Amino acid sequence: MTPNLNLWLIPVLPLIGAALNGLFGKRLTRQAVATVALAFSGAAFGVALFVATRFSTLQLPHIETVAQWIRAGNFRADFAFYLDQLSLVMLLVVTGVGFLIHIYSVGYMWEEGGFYRFFSYLNLFMFFMLTLVLANNYLVMFIGWEGVGLASYLLIGFFFLRDSAASAGKKAFIVNRVGDFGFLIALFLLIKHFGSLDFMQVFQQVSSLSPETAGAGLLTAIGLLLMVGAAGKSAQLPLYVWLPDAMEGPTPVSALIHAATMVTAGVYMVARSHVIFERAPIALTVVAIIGTLTALFAATIGIAQTDIKKVLAYSTISQLGYMFMACGVAAFSAAIFHLMTHAFFKGLLFLAAGSVIHAIGGEQDMRKMGGLKEKIPWTFWTMTAGTVAIAGIPPLAGFFSKDEILWRAYQASWAYWLIGLFTAFQTSFYMFRLWFMTFTGSYRGTTEEQPHAEHAGHGTHLGREQIVSRAGAYAPHGHGGIHESPRVMLVPLVILAVMSIVGGWIGIPGSMGGGNHFDKFLAPVFHTSTPSLNTQHATPGEVAPPEKQTEGPEPQTSRATELLFTGISVFAALLGFVLAAILYYLRPELPDEIAQALGGFYQAVLNKYYVDELYSILFVKPLVDGSRRILWHGVDQSVIDATLDDSADGARHISDTLRHMQSGNIRSYAGWVAAGAAAVIAYMVWMGAR
Amino acid sequence: MVPLSYYLVLSGILFACGVLGFLIKRNIITIFMSIELMLNGVNLSFVAFAAQWHALSGQVFVFFVMVVAAAEAAVGLAIIIAVYRTRETLNVDQVNLLKL
Repeated sequence: MTPNLNLWLIPVLPLIGAALNGLFGKRLTRQAVATVALAFSGAAFGVALFVATRFSTLQLPHIETVAQWIRAGNFRADFAFYLDQLSLVMLLVVTGVGFLIHIYSVGYMWEEGGFYRFFSYLNLFMFFMLTLVLANNYLVMFIGWEGVGLASYLLIGFFFLRDSAASAGKKAFIVNRVGDFGFLIALFLLIKHFGSLDFMQVFQQVSSLSPETAGAGLLTAIGLLLMVGAAGKSAQLPLYVWLPDAMEGPTPVSALIHAATMVTAGVYMVARSHVIFERAPIALTVVAIIGTLTALFAATIGIAQTDIKKVLAYSTISQLGYMFMACGVAAFSAAIFHLMTHAFFKGLLFLAAGSVIHAIGGEQDMRKMGGLKEKIPWTFWTMTAGTVAIAGIPPLAGFFSKDEILWRAYQASWAYWLIGLFTAFQTSFYMFRLWFMTFTGSYRGTTEEQPHAEHAGHGTHLGREQIVSRAGAYAPHGHGGIHESPRVMLVPLVILAVMSIVGGWIGIPGSMGGGNHFDKFLAPVFHTSTPSLNTQHATPGEVAPPEKQTEGPEPQTSRATELLFTGISVFAALLGFVLAAILYYLRPELPDEIAQALGGFYQAVLNKYYVDELYSILFVKPLVDGSRRILWHGVDQSVIDATLDDSADGARHISDTLRHMQSGNIRSYAGWVAAGAAAVIAYMVWMGAR
Repeated sequence: MVPLSYYLVLSGILFACGVLGFLIKRNIITIFMSIELMLNGVNLSFVAFAAQWHALSGQVFVFFVMVVAAAEAAVGLAIIIAVYRTRETLNVDQVNLLKL
């Protein structure tokens, strides 16, 4: 009997916070709202840390059943929590980064209307996200899955008076429905064929199946459908379109939901289902291809964006692509490693970008920034740490995780590696482009000149006063000119910056003299690896013992190769830096010339390859037109409404005629009675006569 | 012996006359008399059947009908007098206060 850790506390604590703020927040002061939100998300983090300290004493996987839920015949789904190395990593990332972003949000959102609403949603998101990562079966996971979608929708549309925010929220929700549809069907298939959604039971049964190397079968179908779900949630091709629009939400939301945690749920889900994917090579290949293409595709779009948050959004999509690429080559621990480091540095980058936006009064266009290095030094240095980390320059976090992925990708196919490398170069380029455009050169904006334009500041947040009348409980700090963010925002930045720098050190690969502890830590989860990838290590269907896992030390010969590849990827990152430095620091007039020279291609990239327009023509317009012409005008108006209207009209016409019977004249009644009686008699006589 | 059908035809004619009078006439006294005519038409068929089948129940029914008709005549005429006193008319078409 393993100790009861009360895992249910971890998700429920933020739920209590959400309920308190949601129900009573309107009457509380901002201080009280912030205290409640921070206390409960912090408490969740505390419990997670406590669980982590007790982790080594547990018998894994550690399962705690809270309550019965569905019992139907042999099918059972309980409210139960599942703790193993994988969910512990996710748990710490979600609660840790989530808590930091909560702190940051207090500073960032202080002057916005709907303060309590924001924190209520944010805590609600934490609840669902923690439910998702702690779920013991796919159904509980699905609750979290849908719940984070809801929280995401609410937070994207937080400034709901702005049309663009409201429609961005809708877009995110609808695009996610497409993915969830696939996920649901995968669940149905699991129930039908394995009679359970419980992770343990499903994986046990799947383990006994042999890999579907010959062709596509049940596991391939399930894997592909799961991938559809993951592509929706994690913004992969072709369902990525919602994420850039999701930047309409407040910046901390982008950091928490659309960079660090929720969008990685798809990666987590695929990694969690690794037993299925490993036995479905086709599905795995599809995952790898989608990931690789997404990484490349989004990175190229990111290069031409001018909105600081859009750059980061496409960067997020691209990095998620890396994670799926890693999943696709069965390097699940590398994917989770990158997920973790990405949560640090991308959370940091978004928060720092938020700090920049805050500093110059709501401007998001990088063309109107520049020269901010001295004015906001803390933001500058933390953002630098994040930029270097994502660019993949050692020894920062992004380097180790990305390098691990590229190396594992190379082992699967050089094509993945090449595209991944090119993407790494682009990543480095667009991140340093952002960095140079924001911090170096001379300031190109206007905030300085109009110190009294009280909010130009957050000018994007039009109409927040209408949303909730301001309580006036806060000390107004005038947005005169460029200013560094308050300490409450800087502390999370610094912590995340430190994590971005050192976070990768737990996964230093063996070739560089590290222990790759992260990989070893996760190894028990993925130890059933991998009949499909390294067939020389394990025969199909056989469960490889933990010592023989593929993540074991590489042979000596490949060590030199691995180091060479590391060198190449570092070179690519540095090349990106140099190119960005040339184009946006030394010769800032060059980019325009290049854009001119590229012509149509540049326009295509600038307009995100017209994907939104394409989807609009392919899906949205037919749907809207079909709904309007066929369903509304056709079916609804001319069939359903017409039936109702005509029968009502008919009834009225008949009644118009018949009401003359009801004259109130007793003799006419008597006449009708007599006529009726005569008719009856006539009938009877006629019948009798026959 | 007169055949049954003769009585029944006469009864029908009487009844039809009563119905017609009831429907057509405006004078409330005439209408009242038409009702009596209908009752008598029915009475005739009752006694005719009683004679035909040698059953006394038909005769008994007729007595009941006559009693009820007498009571009705008393009440009805009282109402007519009351109406005439207030409305000074016997035309039923003008006695329409309760009509919409």
